Amino acid sequence: MSKLHSFHGGIHPPTHKKESTQSPIMTAPLPAQLIIPFRQHAGEAAKPVVQVGERVLKGQLIGEPVGAISSSIHAPTSGTITAIELQQVAHPSALPDLCATLVPDGLDEWGVRQPLSYRQLSSVELQKHLRRCGIVGMGGAVFPSDMKLSHPVVVNTLIINGAECEPYITCDDMLMRERAEGIVRGIEILRHALGTDAVLIGIEDNKPQAIAAMQRAIDESSHPFKVVVVPTLYPGGSAKHLIKVLTGVEVPSGKLPTDVGVQCFNVATAYTVHRAVEHGEALVSRVVTVTGNVEHARNYEALIGTPFSDLVALSLPKADTDRYIMGGPMMGVELPAVNVPLVKASNCVIAASDALFPPQPPAMPCIRCTRCAQACPAELQPQDLYWFAQSDNFGKALEYDLFDCIECGACAYVCPSSIPLVQYYRYAKSEIRARDLEKRAADLARERHDFRQFRIEREKQEKAERLAQKERAAAEAKAAAAAVAAATPADPDADTDDTQQIRIDAALARAKEQAAAATPKNTETLTPEQRAEIEAIEARRAKIHDLAADAGADDEPPKNSQGN
Amino acid sequence: MLSSPFIARPLSVDRIMRRVLYALLPGIALYVWYFGPAILVSIALAATTALATEALMLKLRDRPVRPFLSDYSALLTGVLIALSIPPFAPWWLPVVGTAFAIAVAKHLYGGLGSNPFNPAMIGYAVLIISFPQEMTQWISPQGMGHSVLSYGEQLRYVFSGVLPAGMQLDALTMSTPLDTLKTQLQLGMTVSDIRDLPIYGRLAGKGSEMVAAGFALGGLYLLIARIIPWQLPVAFLGTLFALSGVFHLIDPAHYAPPLFHWFSGAAMIGAFFILTDPITSPTTAKGRILFGIGAGVLTFVIRAYGGFPDGVAFATILMNMCVPLIDVWTQPRIFGKKKKESKR
Repeated sequence: MSKLHSFHGGIHPPTHKKESTQSPIMTAPLPAQLIIPFRQHAGEAAKPVVQVGERVLKGQLIGEPVGAISSSIHAPTSGTITAIELQQVAHPSALPDLCATLVPDGLDEWGVRQPLSYRQLSSVELQKHLRRCGIVGMGGAVFPSDMKLSHPVVVNTLIINGAECEPYITCDDMLMRERAEGIVRGIEILRHALGTDAVLIGIEDNKPQAIAAMQRAIDESSHPFKVVVVPTLYPGGSAKHLIKVLTGVEVPSGKLPTDVGVQCFNVATAYTVHRAVEHGEALVSRVVTVTGNVEHARNYEALIGTPFSDLVALSLPKADTDRYIMGGPMMGVELPAVNVPLVKASNCVIAASDALFPPQPPAMPCIRCTRCAQACPAELQPQDLYWFAQSDNFGKALEYDLFDCIECGACAYVCPSSIPLVQYYRYAKSEIRARDLEKRAADLARERHDFRQFRIEREKQEKAERLAQKERAAAEAKAAAAAVAAATPADPDADTDDTQQIRIDAALARAKEQAAAATPKNTETLTPEQRAEIEAIEARRAKIHDLAADAGADDEPPKNSQGN
Repeated sequence: MLSSPFIARPLSVDRIMRRVLYALLPGIALYVWYFGPAILVSIALAATTALATEALMLKLRDRPVRPFLSDYSALLTGVLIALSIPPFAPWWLPVVGTAFAIAVAKHLYGGLGSNPFNPAMIGYAVLIISFPQEMTQWISPQGMGHSVLSYGEQLRYVFSGVLPAGMQLDALTMSTPLDTLKTQLQLGMTVSDIRDLPIYGRLAGKGSEMVAAGFALGGLYLLIARIIPWQLPVAFLGTLFALSGVFHLIDPAHYAPPLFHWFSGAAMIGAFFILTDPITSPTTAKGRILFGIGAGVLTFVIRAYGGFPDGVAFATILMNMCVPLIDVWTQPRIFGKKKKESKR
């Protein structure tokens, strides 16, 4: 395991990590109010379980998970819920999302905390606990961590991601430097829950202090974890690429790491797991880097829901700062407004200006130099994808594996013609997704229509049969009456009755058969995933309606319903 | 609102093109050293024409002139054309060739990035087909030939068309080493006899072999600086070497040795400056190797059996045509996929 592997491509952007690692993590002061979105994780938004006006304690559940892929939301401090309404959040679409507003009472009073001894717990019990505590992936994807522990296959390697490859971001670096022990304890809990033996902690070689701290913590814990120093190469912190570097295994396209017996967690996630299990603390705060065009770049431990404006103000943005980016300069998103709240996914906020991030020169034509292909860690042909995307040739884009693009931005970084390549890929992906949804909706509508036609037809037929049956019965009754009238005391016409019953049975069977033959076209036979997807679409549609209604007549309904 | 990435540090198109132009300098310097300054006049003519035509076409196509004019791509096309035609050719030869290359081969196909054929090679092909006579007036190297012109006399001829008293143009020009080889072979001479002729040097033509070496030197710089992919020159020169080597071994009397092929004609400038034009060459590593092999085979075949003395230009154009197909054929596998399972 001493041998490191490598992945294709990658770039070496200036790291700019020194600026924010000069001072220790500082606990941000309690803000005047917190805005806590109910959607801070991948999957379904949490459902509010508190009322406006209710007093809540720190760590109290305010939003409960809905469905399998979802997580809990907690009050980050004690105080009063003053509103549950749509508010602007850190999403590039600038669409509002459901948030609770919490006015702190300044006491920061914890609710009930229930520390657990993980050794006595089964994986399932741990998963339940993590879900209750709202633990999600802190590396940015915010996937519910309990889901990542409930895997159907054997996982033999646990990989802990401390690579932090994006420039400017240092929250994981500082966390490892200062709280390595907690991280290591969290790793041990995750290892226990997964039942793995091997634990590899990948850290890029530009973080020697973090590496040393982690190594020390491991030595003290006497767990057989292994810190592996990996070369600094963007995007080496992408889970699939870190797995490749550490194990030499490529997670197949469209598959999960568990399919190759590997699971990957971020160091910050491991830390929150430790806090959740051994201290009973729900995920109510995180470490976030504030850097860029500020006087005092540093890391803050801030409550979830803290407006970014509060954090930024602590670091004193320089006068020419005119925008803020959440995340790193390679994959981050520009904040629609600086007063949007910090969420579980927020690892960094960069104050930006034209001086810091000079605007790119106008795009020139592609000269097919393939510097993008040489930089692409997914080994795609970005120049071809660009060509297909700009000509709306989405079929071809799919054929050239557009959806294997991880939008890391390496291609655009090296493009001699300054083409905003990632924007083209995002455009093509969203177009394809939208068309797919449209098509599926149309298919569904057609199926519903077909089924309705069939049902009407069947009912008509059944009616006709009933009618025929009645007529026949009437006729027979008449015949019987006639027979009686003819005074023939013969045995009852059981024979006719029998044939009739047989005919009825046959008709019913036929109808049933037809119904059965038609079911495959029916929505009943959809796979669970499809059904889930349809439900998601319906939910989103309902939400759009709600939004439109809430936004009132003056605003036009939001167009982009599926940001990400 | 902008979207990520917010930073970029590219080697811009104009810087790439500028480095390619710098890489031509050793070859050009040796050209002047061995053949006199007339080539500089051709280069100036072609360069001016290239920029003027580019500006005119951009105007006609309603495109911004300044950003495109300053990307140096037109300039490079002009210089490459000047380097592929005889310096003593009439002034309008580089002008016509360059104008055609820029206007037709580049802009009528959609301008930078959209042209399927190498514009410089199209310009050359048009000239050699339309004006074969003028395209043969190559200068004898300095210190050779029947008479010698001083640099001053050469420049005076270029600008005024006046030769020093008693001198004929024929006495100053000669056919190229490749041309001579072809003609003399047809006259029944053997390769070794031909190479004893005074126009030949150690490897190939006297003077021209050194110019080729100069281009190779510039090419190595481009390789090391990763301006050009290695697959193209290596596959091309390797194929040319292997093929000519095999034939030379079988029949040394009728087939020139591999190094002769390398250092004659446009092999070196072609390998490093022409085939490597990214717009008209494949985008995949495998594709570039195929492209280089194809161009090497075609160059050898045209040189050995074709009607033209050199084959690099036509080999390039023919291979340019195959690029879309080669690109489709040679799509590499992607991360996390065994084979290109999603294709076709």
